[in-house]
Amino acid sequence: MAETATAQRRTSLETRGFDAKGASLTLAPSSFRVSLRAPEASISVLEEALGLSLPRLPKTSSEEGTRAALWLGPDEWLVIDTETDPLTASRGVEALHSAVDISHRNVGIVASGAYAAEAVNGGCPQDLSPEAFPVGACSRTVLGKIEIVLWKKAENSFHIECWRSFSPYAFAFLTASARDAAA
Amino acid sequence: MLLIRCPYCEEERPELEFRNGGQAHIARSTDIVQESAEAFERFFFIRDNPKGVIFERWRHIHGCGRFFNAVRDTITDKFHHTYKAGEPQPDLNELIAANEDRRMDEGRGDMPADQGPGSWANVPPDQINVAEPAADASKGDA
Repeated sequence: MAETATAQRRTSLETRGFDAKGASLTLAPSSFRVSLRAPEASISVLEEALGLSLPRLPKTSSEEGTRAALWLGPDEWLVIDTETDPLTASRGVEALHSAVDISHRNVGIVASGAYAAEAVNGGCPQDLSPEAFPVGACSRTVLGKIEIVLWKKAENSFHIECWRSFSPYAFAFLTASARDAAA
Repeated sequence: MLLIRCPYCEEERPELEFRNGGQAHIARSTDIVQESAEAFERFFFIRDNPKGVIFERWRHIHGCGRFFNAVRDTITDKFHHTYKAGEPQPDLNELIAANEDRRMDEGRGDMPADQGPGSWANVPPDQINVAEPAADASKGDA
């Protein structure tokens, strides 16, 4: 009798990790991610469906339970949820919007420690001082040669979202940078 | 690294996040079929290449993704002003006057506007690299 083949989803960085005094890197837990684009008129309906407010100010994010919305552009958000799929919540919304599941396009890396900002700054040209990039700030930016979404989740903890195929590069870059920063 | 102010992100960002989009304020004809070949050539191929102030489109491609317009000096690379796409072309004289006012407000009034690294580019090379006569020039090769 033929056996049913079952595909197993593996992350691209499952064996990676880096830990040094002052700067450590870990793989973020697998999450649901949605690229959400909507005009001003649809925002309130979407907020109600998703159960969290969509930030309107540049470089800001909002969190509600396991779900977070990151401002990427004037009409663009990245919705991340570690538990439930935001698409099931937004599916019934009639108002004009575009919600695309990008859960497996992105890989999340968490850089934490006293020198986390220095580790990220090794390849990211943005000002990451607490005044310019407070807790909750998020931005699409660059890391070395690739594009990332950077999100400061807590003091000394950065969440970095990069594309899956770029993740070995991102991790190697951050490892070298974290080693230098912690030294 | 240049810091460019994105009018959508409302702050200065490093230039690595941006991409130049060519000359700004080029209007596409509403009736391109009726347009003469010469007029189409002007619209499609002919661009200004000024030495000095230029109105350009820029895109915050590794940021908010938006196109916007910028007023840049091609000699000094100084960004005089950035504004959202679709907004009218600002008057150059008013911009210069506003910048001058800001310079005074910031207490830089005693420093002439034509001094500083940015202004050096306006000086012909032979006047910048003035050869200092060596102290022992008289003992040089005969």
